[in-house]
Amino acid sequence: MDFKQLAFYFFAAVLVFAASMVITVRNPVRAALFLVLAFFSAAAVWMQLHAEFLSITLVLVYVGAVMVLFLFVVMMLDINLVRLREGFGEYLPIGGLVAVLLVLEMAIVLGSGPFGIEQMPEPAPLPADYSNTRALGRVLYTQYLYPFEIAALILLVAIVAAIALTMRRRKDSKYQNPGKQIQVQRGDRVRLVKMRAEKKS
Amino acid sequence: MIFGLDAKTIYLLIPLSCLAGALLAGLLGWKIGRRASHVVTILGVAVAFGLSAFVVLPDVLAGKTFNGPVYTWAVSGGIPLEVGFLIDPLSALMMVVVTFVSLMVHVYTIGYMHDDPGYQRFFSYIALFTFAMLMLVMSNNFLQLFFGWEAVGVVSYLLIGFWYTRPTAIYANLKAFLVNRVGDFGFLLGIAAVYMYFGTLDYGAVFGIAPQLAAKVVQVLPGVDWNLITLISILLFIGAMGKSAQVPLHVWLPDSMEGPTPISALIHAATMVTAGVFMVARMSPIYELSTTALSVVLVIGAITAFFMGLVGIVQNDIKRVVAYSTLSQLGYMMVALGASAYSVGIFHLMTHAFFKALLFLAAGSVIIGMHHEQDMRNMGGLRRRMPMTWLTAWIGALALIGFPMFAGFFSKDMIIEAVHHSKTPGATFAYLAVLLGVFVTAFYTFRMIFMTFHGKPRMDKETFDHVHESPWVVTLPLVLLAIPSFAIGFLTIEPLLFGNYFGTSIHVSTQHPVMLELAHDFAKGGESSVNRIGVFVAHGFQSLPFLFAMIGLGLAWLLYLRYPEVPGKIQARAKGLYALLLNKYYADEFNEAVFGRGARGLGNLFWRIGDVRLIDGLLVNGSARLVGWASSIVRQIQSGYVYHYAFAMILGLFLLITFFLHG
Amino acid sequence: MVPLSHYLILGAILFALSVVGIFLNRKNLVVLLMAIELMLLAVNMNFVAFAHFLGDLGGQVFVFFILTVAAAESAIGLAILVVVFRNRRSINVEDLDSLKG
Repeated sequence: MDFKQLAFYFFAAVLVFAASMVITVRNPVRAALFLVLAFFSAAAVWMQLHAEFLSITLVLVYVGAVMVLFLFVVMMLDINLVRLREGFGEYLPIGGLVAVLLVLEMAIVLGSGPFGIEQMPEPAPLPADYSNTRALGRVLYTQYLYPFEIAALILLVAIVAAIALTMRRRKDSKYQNPGKQIQVQRGDRVRLVKMRAEKKS
Repeated sequence: MIFGLDAKTIYLLIPLSCLAGALLAGLLGWKIGRRASHVVTILGVAVAFGLSAFVVLPDVLAGKTFNGPVYTWAVSGGIPLEVGFLIDPLSALMMVVVTFVSLMVHVYTIGYMHDDPGYQRFFSYIALFTFAMLMLVMSNNFLQLFFGWEAVGVVSYLLIGFWYTRPTAIYANLKAFLVNRVGDFGFLLGIAAVYMYFGTLDYGAVFGIAPQLAAKVVQVLPGVDWNLITLISILLFIGAMGKSAQVPLHVWLPDSMEGPTPISALIHAATMVTAGVFMVARMSPIYELSTTALSVVLVIGAITAFFMGLVGIVQNDIKRVVAYSTLSQLGYMMVALGASAYSVGIFHLMTHAFFKALLFLAAGSVIIGMHHEQDMRNMGGLRRRMPMTWLTAWIGALALIGFPMFAGFFSKDMIIEAVHHSKTPGATFAYLAVLLGVFVTAFYTFRMIFMTFHGKPRMDKETFDHVHESPWVVTLPLVLLAIPSFAIGFLTIEPLLFGNYFGTSIHVSTQHPVMLELAHDFAKGGESSVNRIGVFVAHGFQSLPFLFAMIGLGLAWLLYLRYPEVPGKIQARAKGLYALLLNKYYADEFNEAVFGRGARGLGNLFWRIGDVRLIDGLLVNGSARLVGWASSIVRQIQSGYVYHYAFAMILGLFLLITFFLHG
Repeated sequence: MVPLSHYLILGAILFALSVVGIFLNRKNLVVLLMAIELMLLAVNMNFVAFAHFLGDLGGQVFVFFILTVAAAESAIGLAILVVVFRNRRSINVEDLDSLKG
């Protein structure tokens, strides 16, 4: 077992462990932290698959942004953990059984057959000056330009949507309405009152 | 050929001028006013009459007939559905009669409907009727015949219910419509049978093929085989029974007297009701092939002729008396047709059209004079007040009873003679019926004349003093109709019956040589036409029918002028018979009880079982309930919990993989 | 050498774990969202593995897009979660039944 294999199984084990912790721990904050761990391990596994750009992106985007968002939300909300844990183990036996069966079946399907090392040998090593980032960028900005733009648009929409959903206006907040300010009439501001002089001249 | 128009254009112009008048008066009547409405319609009908009488008739007499399409409406399955004209002696005669009577009625209507708010509508209807009737008689195919047939039915419906605020009128027009539906059902089946077996609707083609199919037998019901020609003839005759009010589909005609009198004259006496007679005569090549059908026509006609006449005796409404006499006379025409004397039937149709229209219009004149009083028991002695009406009514009555020299004499005597000679099964019965019918006819006709015009006035003095002769627009048509009522008989009997006027338009097979025998008898009279007619008339004075007519007339005189108290006593003595006649043999009650209630019961059954249970209960609500039930089950799956969906997903995945593994 | 099948099995295990996570944390909306992230990660794992073994960059491009969409999804998902919590004072799935007939 060479180093590469060792690293793969190690990270795979960490990944599986972290994933199981994500779904079992009581505290959502912990779950989020374990998810971070899972993403880190996944990024390490991807690194071995020569997907350097994606693994870095995974760390930066997911760990740096999405998971922070998760943590932020989880910590901000006052969640009643006791109620959320009610009946936690209720479906564990059947769920676990199904999961185990599923994994076994998938292992049978994927394990040896057409995806074994004989049928799918390790591809030839890449040249020394190969840059995954450069290659990906080239494909992304040429062949996949339009999908890329659409992805950008989706992100924009997501930003707008997230803001639109969560923004709320306080009742006591003060603000100006420029339109009304411009439309104002003299009569709205000044009231001329006619009254007799109080002192006789 | 006139004004450089070719024949086709003239033929088109005849019905279309009436239609144009009808449309103008009907759609724009509110705008153009009463006067313009009657002017346009009368103009239209006058054009039609002028062209028919002075262009088409001479052409036909000169042997110029026409048979062909003028417009192809649609082609269905290779068979053209056309508007076409068949102008031959038969249709030319009908056209002249129809347009003439119609014209008279139009003029008469100006007086009769003078105060009616529906003046324009009325003119529109009668012009429309003239159009429809012309389309019917001019047709050269069954489709157009059916169109005209239904169109006159519709106009008749509209006109019977002309005073639509009267419940009785609405009841009567509904009844007329429903009874005619029964007849039309048979008629339509007959046309469908023609279409099915002949593959064409054109008269000429059908008549050409008919002899080849004379022996063809079709299965009407499983195990019931009928001769095709007999079947078609009888089905068509059922239509004629409805339109021409033959027993048992006669019930609508007396009730149709709810319509204004000009209509009774035009539609329910002179023209529309004779459509059935015309149709049978037109179909003579088919009817000649089936002795059974002829026998049916003969017997039905005979029953109608005698028994409907009997009902006329007990009626007190002046119009109803004339209506029953119409029924009876239509029966005579049918008898003539059944005896294969088609030309005699048409001859009687023509004479009857004149004198019956005359009688109706005279009755209408009396009704105007009496300020819309129709009960004869309140009349009497009107002779001095309405001399013109009285005179013309007498001419009409004499023509109706067949007094020698009058128009009805020739046609009716010829019918009786024809039945006498006929060998068609049922001829003996028919002979008796028509012979007794003469007596009955004379009796009720003169009962009406005596009760109306003679004797002492039975109304109060003031009313009597207010009775006055009708205006000239009313009396002019009376006079114009009285002339043919008297003269048309001896003027036309020779050419029509024995002079080969009809030529090929009426076909009589050699097996039914009635016409030949009549011609043989007639020819014995002498060399010249005047001689022969003279001999015929002289013979008429000694014949049985004349005797019967005189007995009837005399009896009427005795009972209603000499001893007016006697009828009441007879009525009291023969209560059962009187009630039977007064209730028209309980035909209405029978229809009401059997067909009316039966249909309602059936409808009720379908409503409760078919509609409420099956359609509403099972199909509509049932399907809704099924959907509701199914969705209430499916709803259980649709819990809204993510983990349920996840479980379904994983289960699906699981099954899919299992399938891959073992598949 | 690590064969492709091991990567795929790793992805399968991750996927199964996330499904089980949906069962277990069926009331906690936040953890449900995390489980969905895990599921996406499992899919991405397969993509990356295939991209490597087949020498095709398309797989990586797909992962890129999936990451984009997943980021957007989690952003909106969390926003909805915040709104839900603000209105209901709860992120319990069982409380979100106002649409149920």
